[in-house]
Amino acid sequence: MNWLIAALQTALFVLLAPLLAGWLKCCKCALQNRKAPSVLQPYRDLLKLTRKNPVVAEQASWVFTRTPYIVFSMTVLAASVVPLIAVDLPTSASADVIVMVGFFAFARFFLALAGLDIGTAFGGMGSSREMTISSLAEPAMLMAVFTLAMAESTTNLSVAISHVLNDGLLLRPSFLFALYALILVAVAETGRIPVDNPTTHLELTMIHEAMILEYSGRHLALIEWASQIKLMLYGTLIVNIFLPWGIAENFTSSALLYGLLIIVAKLAALAIVLALSETLLAKMRLFRVQEYLSFAYLLGLLGLLSHIILEASR
Amino acid sequence: MIIVLAYCAVLLSFASGLLALLMNQQSHLLAANQFIVDKYPNLAKPLQNLLHYSLDVHRFPVLLRQAVFILLGLSGVFAVLAGLSVLLTQAVILDQIPLGLPWLPWHVRFDALSGFFFLMIGIAVSAVSLYGPSYVNAYDERHHPFAVLGLFTGLFVAGMLLVLLANDAFMFMIAWELMSVASYFLVAFQHENPANRRAAFLYLLMAEVGALAIILAFGVLASFADGFTFDALRNAPLSNLWASIAFGLALLGFGMKVGIFPVHVWLPEAHPVAPSHISALMSGVMLKVALYGLIRFCFDLLGNVQWQWGVVLVVLGTISALGGILYAMMQSNLKRLLAYSSVENVGIMIMTLGLAMIFLDSGFPQLAALGFLAALFHAFNHALFKNLLFLGAGILHHQTHELNIDHMGGLIKKMPHTSLLFLVGCMSISSLPLFNGFVSEWLAFQTALQADVLDNGILRSLIPVAAAALALTAALGAACFVKVYGMIFLGQSRSHHSEKAHEVGDKTMLAGPILLAVLCFLIGVFPGAIINLIDSVSLQLIGQTMPNDSTLGWLWLAPVSAQQASYSPPLVLVGVLVAGGATFWYLRRNPETKTMRRSATWDCGFGGINARMQYNCSAFTMPFRRIFANVWLIDERIDKTMKGAMQQDVAAVSHHLQIEDHTWGRLYQPIERGVNNLARLIGRIQTGNIRTYLGYSFVTLLLMLWVIS
Repeated sequence: MNWLIAALQTALFVLLAPLLAGWLKCCKCALQNRKAPSVLQPYRDLLKLTRKNPVVAEQASWVFTRTPYIVFSMTVLAASVVPLIAVDLPTSASADVIVMVGFFAFARFFLALAGLDIGTAFGGMGSSREMTISSLAEPAMLMAVFTLAMAESTTNLSVAISHVLNDGLLLRPSFLFALYALILVAVAETGRIPVDNPTTHLELTMIHEAMILEYSGRHLALIEWASQIKLMLYGTLIVNIFLPWGIAENFTSSALLYGLLIIVAKLAALAIVLALSETLLAKMRLFRVQEYLSFAYLLGLLGLLSHIILEASR
Repeated sequence: MIIVLAYCAVLLSFASGLLALLMNQQSHLLAANQFIVDKYPNLAKPLQNLLHYSLDVHRFPVLLRQAVFILLGLSGVFAVLAGLSVLLTQAVILDQIPLGLPWLPWHVRFDALSGFFFLMIGIAVSAVSLYGPSYVNAYDERHHPFAVLGLFTGLFVAGMLLVLLANDAFMFMIAWELMSVASYFLVAFQHENPANRRAAFLYLLMAEVGALAIILAFGVLASFADGFTFDALRNAPLSNLWASIAFGLALLGFGMKVGIFPVHVWLPEAHPVAPSHISALMSGVMLKVALYGLIRFCFDLLGNVQWQWGVVLVVLGTISALGGILYAMMQSNLKRLLAYSSVENVGIMIMTLGLAMIFLDSGFPQLAALGFLAALFHAFNHALFKNLLFLGAGILHHQTHELNIDHMGGLIKKMPHTSLLFLVGCMSISSLPLFNGFVSEWLAFQTALQADVLDNGILRSLIPVAAAALALTAALGAACFVKVYGMIFLGQSRSHHSEKAHEVGDKTMLAGPILLAVLCFLIGVFPGAIINLIDSVSLQLIGQTMPNDSTLGWLWLAPVSAQQASYSPPLVLVGVLVAGGATFWYLRRNPETKTMRRSATWDCGFGGINARMQYNCSAFTMPFRRIFANVWLIDERIDKTMKGAMQQDVAAVSHHLQIEDHTWGRLYQPIERGVNNLARLIGRIQTGNIRTYLGYSFVTLLLMLWVIS
């Protein structure tokens, strides 16, 4: 039963991800005085892409054609670990938050290889930049996670969220630092402004887009969908770890339904914040990203130190 | 019985070395054969035929090479058997061999710790001996005699195994020197190149300085004990100060061999010049023997570990890990890169070992067992994947005659099998889930996250920072091996050699790497088997096992408790297969859109994409070079040749990039200058005049007499 609910929740996660992307686009358009496409547009795009024959470069090897499947399944697996509408999931136990970071590393490893597989300058550039940014973002992310893990003495996401729920609303400095660090990392990892711009195709600025430039058809659909899931995953992490109230603690249908409504509302609100920040901020130079990410790392470290100095129980 | 297996392993490796000496004795063997035939004409006919067959001029070298490697492989198999049986029975076997001086027999002890390293060496040696015969075929017998290579390989392996068996300081040092000196001759095997001789000399120098430090460390212990057997050393009543001095000496000595920063400099020099299967053994196993020495010395002989030592190890380990991977990233010579990456992995092991020490001294033996487990597990994993990568590098060198990554490219189509095996190695070393490197790194993170239980506030904040540095190391490692794999196997061929490359003809050469790759994957999915083996080691050494939560069953890995953290690689594998398989099937269900259209790569409409337009090594790592600029000594220049009337048109541009290690300028050159200055000072008393020297002798004699009276 638990496994069934976990599987259903993962499916829901995967299916809702394009909706979040569509809603985010709507918010941005509204803020920028543009006419927004329908909220369902990402679904239509994905459907259209899956119906097309992919065009593959002659140079490409099996790495290029298999990578979308690897990236997608790894991202789905990462999504299965994160509690969306209910805690106490068996899938959270099969892989903790460090393994979740590992899933993303796995996907990124292959995506970077696929970028190099074509043998063009664009692919190599994208791979190089993506690996640079991610190798700085990963320690910052883990630093934030470690703060959480030490505060709740667990790396299991379900258990950590239940602990936060049980403790009630405590305004802990370590959590604030970790929250801020996680937001900064989330922006970098999902390739949003100010680190990367998902809508650009200008060679000097693109990072993620340069790697996947050669993809088309169903391959592109899988990669796009995976990045939408990743965006939603980071959003869910932020809202559910730091504001977990409303998440279902038992598997009754009313609690689950309530949890679903709450998480949709929370994510919608988070998307508005993200759209606001994307509208207000400008993209930064590539070689300022390390300052941004080391700031995130520093915040994580501060969170950890404040936990050790201020909050530890001795 | 078990000890017989271990002796067999040692003897077989000796035998393989001695057999290799027959390589040059073909004429004598023929004469001997003739002699036997003449003397015993009624000797069994088949035997005569066999002798005649195998002594054929063309057949003999091939057969002998195979025989040497078969013996070496058998030695590996016996080592695996011995290691497994001692780990499973949890026995401690003591023995004496009447070798050496009459009143100083060799004491032998074979316990779980030795057994675990026996297992590691056994697997590596077996893989190498499957791979070896076709690899050494490439050497020209006149310039690179097989007798030398085979003899010292055998001695090298025997030396490593004997180190693990030693139960007294004498035997330990003899075996240690056998290992060091034999490997020196292997590093110097291609000695016609001055750079190789220089690398080999550096290796010998550092090995011997390290050996001196180890002897001194034993000396410190022995001066408090009655004798040189490990039993006596174990019971030596040491004050904390002397124990710390002994620890410092041992750390220097073993650290030189294991490759801790800043005494790692021999690794990137020696590994690239040795034959590939030897570098695989050196990097994969010999470093682990030094790790064994450190563990044996600290946890077993010294006994009472102090948390300050742990802090030293954590700091040194973290620096080695970060420094190693950052230097590795900048290399374009594949084997040099792998050597630096060994420094990184050794750093991770040393760091987790330091965590184990801290927890042990703070009164948390269970957590110490967890850290110990992470360190040994990572050592085991490193032995597998680094061996695999070095053997892969050997295959690449064999097929393309290149070790420079920038001159490869596009090999995935020409060498499909090698590329797949190498990919497994790269994924394991980048610690990606489902492969073995991830499990040990995950355990290291879990150990570090338990720092909350410690009372000392500084330790509590230091350890998570070290863990975050470990996270940075892992991420940089992934970037480094994306570079390696991408530059070697993907894209377009960057040179003539790699364009002409093809898959190895002799499939037995792939058997060794296949064995290692399969083990990498299996252990990544079912880590429980190895963890149980290591648990018996920590049970003997620390008296505790990893607190695995058994309520979850064998599919799960739950150090400490299921509430705190758990990981189930088999379930993750099932999840990946279900998710990947479902999308694969769903998206390709329609036969019309199932096909992929192949077309030319997008070239922005200008046409003529060529191999030089791809990113190469230095381009790929440029962002890292800029972000971590102070880590290296970078000399980067762009030279332009101008032409035209006003010297204003660029005729040619050349890019020059040289990256050097800081340690040479900061540490070794001052030492070198100091030694030279000291020598010059001492040189003053050497006047060259015989009367002065007679005067010195006279004064010395007087002094001696005075001292005696």
